[in-house]
Amino acid sequence: MLIKTNRDGFCQPLASEITSQRVYEQRRTLVKLMASGVAGAALAAWASRAAHAQEASLTPRPGKQPALPSVKSSLAGAITMDKLTPYKDASSYNNFYEFGTDKADPARHAHTLKTTPWTVEIEGLVKKPAQYALEDLLKLSAQQERIYRLRCVEGWSMVIPWIGYSLSELIKKVEPLGSAKYVEFVTLADPKTMPGVGSRVLDWPYVEALRLDEAMHPLTLLSFGMYGERLPNQNGAPVRLVVPWKYGFKSGKSLVKIRFTDKQPSTAWNKAAANEYGFYSNVNPNVDHPRWSQATERRIGEDGLFAKKRKTLMFNGYEAQVGQLYAGMDLKKFF
Amino acid sequence: MSALASRRPAAWLRPLLRHRLAKPLVFGLSLLPFCWLLYGAIFDQLGANPAEALVRATGDWTLRFLCLVLTVTPLRVISNTPALASFRRMLGLFVYFYVAMHLLSYSWFDMGFDVTEIGRDIAKRPFILVGFSAFVLLTALALTSFNRAIKTLGAKRWQRLHRLVYTVAGLALLHFFWMRAGKNDFAEVLVYALILGSLLGWRLVNFISKTRR
Repeated sequence: MLIKTNRDGFCQPLASEITSQRVYEQRRTLVKLMASGVAGAALAAWASRAAHAQEASLTPRPGKQPALPSVKSSLAGAITMDKLTPYKDASSYNNFYEFGTDKADPARHAHTLKTTPWTVEIEGLVKKPAQYALEDLLKLSAQQERIYRLRCVEGWSMVIPWIGYSLSELIKKVEPLGSAKYVEFVTLADPKTMPGVGSRVLDWPYVEALRLDEAMHPLTLLSFGMYGERLPNQNGAPVRLVVPWKYGFKSGKSLVKIRFTDKQPSTAWNKAAANEYGFYSNVNPNVDHPRWSQATERRIGEDGLFAKKRKTLMFNGYEAQVGQLYAGMDLKKFF
Repeated sequence: MSALASRRPAAWLRPLLRHRLAKPLVFGLSLLPFCWLLYGAIFDQLGANPAEALVRATGDWTLRFLCLVLTVTPLRVISNTPALASFRRMLGLFVYFYVAMHLLSYSWFDMGFDVTEIGRDIAKRPFILVGFSAFVLLTALALTSFNRAIKTLGAKRWQRLHRLVYTVAGLALLHFFWMRAGKNDFAEVLVYALILGSLLGWRLVNFISKTRR
């Protein structure tokens, strides 16, 4: 037919052929969803190429801190699809006892923290002990954005777009000796800038630790930023750990020392109350805290006061990635 | 002489306490924390975790009103101001009002009104059991707070029953202590313990000196 009409859908598509706006807007999400392994493996390989091609992270910057450019991580499990916690909540509701035990204290008091100059000392059972200046640490590997769920032992959770790289990148550089079995993380304890260090709430400095294989797991993140920017002081500036499948307190803030040891280090909360806080402290809905249930959690900033709590996931939803680290272990005993 | 001197300030206080607006004023002031929390809940002013803020604040205000109501009698005796006694019941009922709000916030926001879940929680967690026991005792006191109840029970028995408020003070403090044990932070617990301890201590000293006489 020479005269083209709308009827055959040549000039203009039929209404039924138009991709709905809703679906069209989801295309990136769909690509990422496939890349994160929800779809079949073959499809994921294809889609991850598409996800790779992706530009810098698109998380809107709150504009409170210097920018920290990054690319979206393509690591399996590194990008959760959950709705992001508002920056305001993530930066005003914190546990950082060095600045006080109230959740509002860190945002109120942490401005005194001096993050430049900053060095992180690597010591213990490694071939190449070293002192890294923050500037060098920032450049050690490409900065990636990863959206992790964060589950606090107190029963609340957030979803935070962190920026950093796998801790394993740093560990490979310093070459642990065969005898190294654990990694200890020592955080800053400066009574001059941290009012909480004067209290006897915990044994300062705050020390946390992981088994070497946990520390080497690619999901274990050495983080320098969140929401497209450098970390605010109250969230553990200038460099912190993020271990998404463990309760939040395992992720030390404002790190000054990383030490490789052959014996299991004694950690801050374990020393304070060994029956309540174990060395592993993996998120586990089936093992309750002695004083409260861990079966559910309140997602901060989600639907307000009347939202129902959500079910807590085994290993905080990272079981597919980290479950094998604990194969054969009695998680009730090693809580 | 010193005893007389301490009695004098009450002279100007008495007409104020007997003023017809005195009670409505105390009632209004006692409701202020509740209004402030209600405003905060409606206009999203309670921070990142409003549910937790409400549960904590209502608990805090229960403790504060418990301290207030237990201050009435020592203050009345020391300052020789019998008129103060007429505020005791109202303040006591405000303790009950705030503890009821505390229990409501917990049942609603923490437990989603799931009765079996709440029952399990009470049985499982000593700190919840202690708090709940204090609530049950306070319910008995609130239910027998009106004049007819005093008449029916007889003043002696009524008084004996209402001495349970000292047990409630101990349970409330233990509840708060256990809650804060999670944070390893006992500074605030110590403040309430000192206040309640001195209020109960005063009663003990008063009781001993009376029986000796």
